[in-house]
Amino acid sequence: MISTFDSSHLLSWITLSPLLGVLAILFTPREKHDVIKTLAAAFTGIPLALSVWMYVKFDQSLAGYQLFDDFAWVEAFNIRYTVGVDGLSSPLVLLTSILMFFAVFSSWNTEKGVKGYFMLLLLLEVGVNGVFVSLDFFLFYVYWELMLLPMYFLIGIWGGPRREYAAIKFFLYTLAGSVLMLVAMIAMYLHSGPTAAERTFSLITLAERGQNGLFANGPMLFGMEFRHWLFLFLFIGFAIKVPVFPFHTWLPDAHVEAPTAISVILAGILLKLGGYGLMRMNMSIFPGVMWDGSGPTAWATGIALLGMINCVYGAFVAMAQTDMKKLVAYSSVAHMGFVLLGLAAMNPNGIAGANLQLFNHGTSSAMLFLLVGVIYDRAHHREIAKFGGLAAHMPMYASLAFLGIFTSLGLPGLAGFWGEALSLIGAYEHFPKIVLVSTIGLIVTAAFFLMMIRKVFFGPKKEIYAGFPDLTLREWACLTPFGLLCIVLGVAPFLLSDWMKPSIAALASLFGAKS
Amino acid sequence: MEHLSGYVFIGAAMFVLGVFTMVTRRNAIYVLMGAELILNAAALNFVAFARHLGNRLDGQMFAIFIVILAAAEAAVALGIVLQIHHHFPSIDVSKPDRLGD
Amino acid sequence: MEFFQHDTPGWYALAILLLPLAGFCFNAFTYRTEFTRKRGHLVPLLTIGTALFCALSIFKHAVIDYEPGHDATAHAAATHGGGGHEGGAAGELAGEHATAAGHAAGSLADPRWHWSSKDHGGSYRLIDTGALRIDAGITIDHLTATMLVVVTLVAFLVHLYSTAYMHGDKRYSRFFAFLQLFSFSMLGLLLTDNLLLLFCFWELVGLCSYFLIGFWFENDDPPKASMKAFMTNRFGDVGFLVGILLVYRMFGTTDLSTLYSKLQAVAEGSASIPPLFGWEAGTLLTIAGLCLFMGPMAKSAQFPMHVWLPDAMAGPTPVSALIHAATMVAAGVYMVGRIYFFFTPSCLAAIAGIGTVTALVAATIGLVHNNIKKVLAYSTCSQLGYMMLSLGVGGYSAGLFHLYTHAFFKACLFLGAGSVIHSVHTEDMREMGGLKEKMPVTYRTMLIATLALAGVPFFSGAFSKEMIVEHALTWGFGTNVAKMLPAIIAIGGGGLTFFYMMRLINLTFFGQARDAHKFDHAHESPPAMTIPLIVLAFLSLFSVGWPIPLFGGKKLPELLSPPPALASIALGHEEHHGHAGFALAFAVLVISCLVLWAGYVLYQKTYKQRAPGPEVWVARFGSLYTTVSRLYYVDEFYKATVVRLGYATSRVLAIVDQKVLDAAVNGVGALGQLVGHAFALFDRVVVDGLVNVWWHLSHALSKKLRRIQTGNLQDYLAFAVGGMALVTLLFLFLA
Repeated sequence: MISTFDSSHLLSWITLSPLLGVLAILFTPREKHDVIKTLAAAFTGIPLALSVWMYVKFDQSLAGYQLFDDFAWVEAFNIRYTVGVDGLSSPLVLLTSILMFFAVFSSWNTEKGVKGYFMLLLLLEVGVNGVFVSLDFFLFYVYWELMLLPMYFLIGIWGGPRREYAAIKFFLYTLAGSVLMLVAMIAMYLHSGPTAAERTFSLITLAERGQNGLFANGPMLFGMEFRHWLFLFLFIGFAIKVPVFPFHTWLPDAHVEAPTAISVILAGILLKLGGYGLMRMNMSIFPGVMWDGSGPTAWATGIALLGMINCVYGAFVAMAQTDMKKLVAYSSVAHMGFVLLGLAAMNPNGIAGANLQLFNHGTSSAMLFLLVGVIYDRAHHREIAKFGGLAAHMPMYASLAFLGIFTSLGLPGLAGFWGEALSLIGAYEHFPKIVLVSTIGLIVTAAFFLMMIRKVFFGPKKEIYAGFPDLTLREWACLTPFGLLCIVLGVAPFLLSDWMKPSIAALASLFGAKS
Repeated sequence: MEHLSGYVFIGAAMFVLGVFTMVTRRNAIYVLMGAELILNAAALNFVAFARHLGNRLDGQMFAIFIVILAAAEAAVALGIVLQIHHHFPSIDVSKPDRLGD
Repeated sequence: MEFFQHDTPGWYALAILLLPLAGFCFNAFTYRTEFTRKRGHLVPLLTIGTALFCALSIFKHAVIDYEPGHDATAHAAATHGGGGHEGGAAGELAGEHATAAGHAAGSLADPRWHWSSKDHGGSYRLIDTGALRIDAGITIDHLTATMLVVVTLVAFLVHLYSTAYMHGDKRYSRFFAFLQLFSFSMLGLLLTDNLLLLFCFWELVGLCSYFLIGFWFENDDPPKASMKAFMTNRFGDVGFLVGILLVYRMFGTTDLSTLYSKLQAVAEGSASIPPLFGWEAGTLLTIAGLCLFMGPMAKSAQFPMHVWLPDAMAGPTPVSALIHAATMVAAGVYMVGRIYFFFTPSCLAAIAGIGTVTALVAATIGLVHNNIKKVLAYSTCSQLGYMMLSLGVGGYSAGLFHLYTHAFFKACLFLGAGSVIHSVHTEDMREMGGLKEKMPVTYRTMLIATLALAGVPFFSGAFSKEMIVEHALTWGFGTNVAKMLPAIIAIGGGGLTFFYMMRLINLTFFGQARDAHKFDHAHESPPAMTIPLIVLAFLSLFSVGWPIPLFGGKKLPELLSPPPALASIALGHEEHHGHAGFALAFAVLVISCLVLWAGYVLYQKTYKQRAPGPEVWVARFGSLYTTVSRLYYVDEFYKATVVRLGYATSRVLAIVDQKVLDAAVNGVGALGQLVGHAFALFDRVVVDGLVNVWWHLSHALSKKLRRIQTGNLQDYLAFAVGGMALVTLLFLFLA
């Protein structure tokens, strides 16, 4: 089961090294802003460097988990500190490290509560990376909650005018999901073995037993099978993060009120946790709920339907927005629909599409939020209708914005295309009609992004924007890496897909796909 | 031995006088003197009972001890009185009432 | 590496593809430097020129040096010999033969020459999910080789032309950057061998078109037009994508040659297409074909998705010439040609029908428009309709051949129009007139191109058009009236074409100058603009179809033979090789000449003799004229339906999002607060009440008792003594 132990504790270092940064900043006087910022950059740089090393060290031919670290934690309940990555989680670890590093740079101008801000940012990184590498449900849950708190304060203190409302909304929403997840976790633990010694929180063991039908023989509760309840609770917990259609309303508020760097992290990473959780928990532990041996069950169809609603609904609502940031936020809702579609497809193409979409949306939406932040810093508003002719005033900005926007609307040749196309190809195998409707989302997405381009970048020059300087070096340095990622992953998607392929094949094989 | 009651009576009188002095007099010096009276009343009782109970030495030892204690107490108490005078330009013992709330 | 062996097209093809990309990168990354800002055309000209050279080399290799006789032997060698790639020219050809499944002679294997980089180990593994695997490769056949020349040649001439036309524009270097990006995408579209990659390049050319239409984004029209173009194409592209999904679902591949061999197996009866979603194989193939055709329908501006093309004329004229006349819009036709084997007879009939409608509708609009570029745009539309019509009726070679000839003369017309616009600074033909003397080169070249477009015998257009009409007649003759319509309209459309083109020439170059001021400033354009005109006019006059021994006696149309109609055969339809006899060809020629003459007479009647005059005609057909000049209300229809529906849905859903969903969430929050308040009240009144009572009690008591704490030592002493006395007394009494 555990194939490769890692003696250097690489994953633990990636996860926990920002904690050292928190300590270091804690003992720095609060008025020394530059020192604090440099420390934050350094301690997000370390996980980044280590993540790159992880990419090098990762054996792309293996399907199982790698780079293990495993200690007993609470022996009485068989809780262990187990971390490890496979082809699904390691790209997201790298993505997190990249985004966090640039989030620090993009918040370089922060003046308010610098010390607290960067400490929370580093703490957030611990939580997020922790969730991605955890292989013990309890540890997973601890990290999951750990990430919630810094986010709450980051939005609630450093946010826009309605920051408190947004922060509380975000917090309560996510907490509601977490509670359901907690219930499911405890239920799973208690059901995982007849005696205390056999019970476990280990995701590997749970998945193994779940795939062998452990949860299928549970009791009926309120007329629904036990495993269906577990599946539902976990699904809602993750669906809130994704966010899936009826649970998405925290997202626009949180995105709009959060400061730029936090929006970047929200859209770039936090949404990915939902999709990742669905794969790691729902699909791996309860394959029988989505697949009945010959075809998708009603549950899988339901998820595909929700994906379709996300695609179409998110895009349409985005089209009605007048605030740039809100538009981008709703576009995320639409994009996450493709993740759901791909996952519901349960075949290699669909799962690969979902994962590519997760990663690529991480880069493209991060880029879009950074871009909105750039213009907000100059104009102090985000009203689409008030802008115009920016392409003439700020050519470099406009070029990078076009790159980000076209990646986001899924232009082939750029990163965003592959996730969408593969999700659709995958989902078409089981849900042709749903896919057909989802394609409306493609059209509408193009429509609202182009409308934004037309109103913001094209049109006659406006005098008030004439004095706007083009990108500063810092902004340029923040945006260009994402732009490069968009292009590179567009023309060489195999960089990602090869990495994920064995793990995807393993996951898809649970649903009847021949690997 | 026959006159024990006389000693006890005088001791009791001295004690009551001492207590009365301590409680009623405002002047710190008088208060001290009251204390001396109480101590000496006790010493008198010690000596009287030592004799009455068979010429034992322990009672007389205590009397001597009390004399020594009284001397030391007087020294310390006078020091305190000086400090009180330093803080409150008087030696009226009702002035320092900060123990109250 | 074998792929790069000397004398294979691999090097050339790769150079053709990557050079324009390099040019784009160079201009994009150095746009701030003095060199690029002033001389931004140099590198692009160099790259596209080199690409043209490479394309000509491939053309020579594939078309001119091609020996049909070698084909059979080459086929055998590749099938039986396996690795017979080394050796001389014959050996090369052996390696260049194609189809993945090398079946014995007489099978349905594609008999046509083609070269695939994959046979030489030249492929790029783009993505591999474990199910879908895309190996990007280059494939070249006669169709591609010719298209490469057309595209690089027109692109080169347009680059050259733009150095003068765009001179002094503040985004000069960026213009060339986009031209380069477009060239790259277009050439990639031609060279790729995978349907999904074709789609990628397909969208990329759309992107370049978007940016180039909106190049002068400060004005009102270009941004709107560019968005309209992109959105219309997006509709088509989504259909295209759905088609690809269906194809992948049916055959498990998007690779064109694999797709071919799989369909070939079906046609030969060794495999079958299982029913899907309750549809039989025939329906499935037709639906997939129609979905795929959605792409070309939008890109090639077929009715009713043609609305973007006239608006796209808001872009700079060289762009209109290159993208919206010669190359990109023709990509749809090329794509249909590329997957021709896939279309079922009903699908082809639909293509023919749409082509027919487009040819007619666009031509009629062309009759009444006053904007010189828009007349040409509608003309392009109409000609693209001809091509689709031709492909639909089985005129594979005719349609594609018309694509080549059209590319040259239409590019010439557009560049000529650009030259006129450059000179008089207006696009309205009513403000031109009498420019014949002032702009002799432009006038003459445009006249030649016009005659070619109209299909006047001995000009290039005549050849391709005759072929189209022949095929349409063969297809429909002796069946029913509906199937005759393409032929009738193809013939009648010639007259319309002649009419509106003569009108254009007349209004622009003949008669009196209607705007004296503009006329005075008019001048002939610089050589950078006239040289491309002359070259293109020469090619219109003297196009590749001339049956002269220019290419070793080979006629291009004959090389462009259609692939076996696999889909039809698979469905049990007879593959019929209807070929027009000499008599038919002659009859067509005569009829066409008559129609042309009729058009000319009509034109003479309305414009030259001014007997009734155009106004009378307008008055006589008032409502018809209005309908036509309002472009058949197609735009209005879209605005009233699709656009309006989209906006309304978006607004409604946004309100639902805010007023229903978000309100529900806030309601839950409010409910929670309400419950909280209720509990708080209970807490305050009952729980706290009890505690408070106790507190008040003890407080009151302590208030009294604290009096004895005077702070006075003597009081304390008195209490102590008193207390002691009390205790003693108690003991005494109680004891």
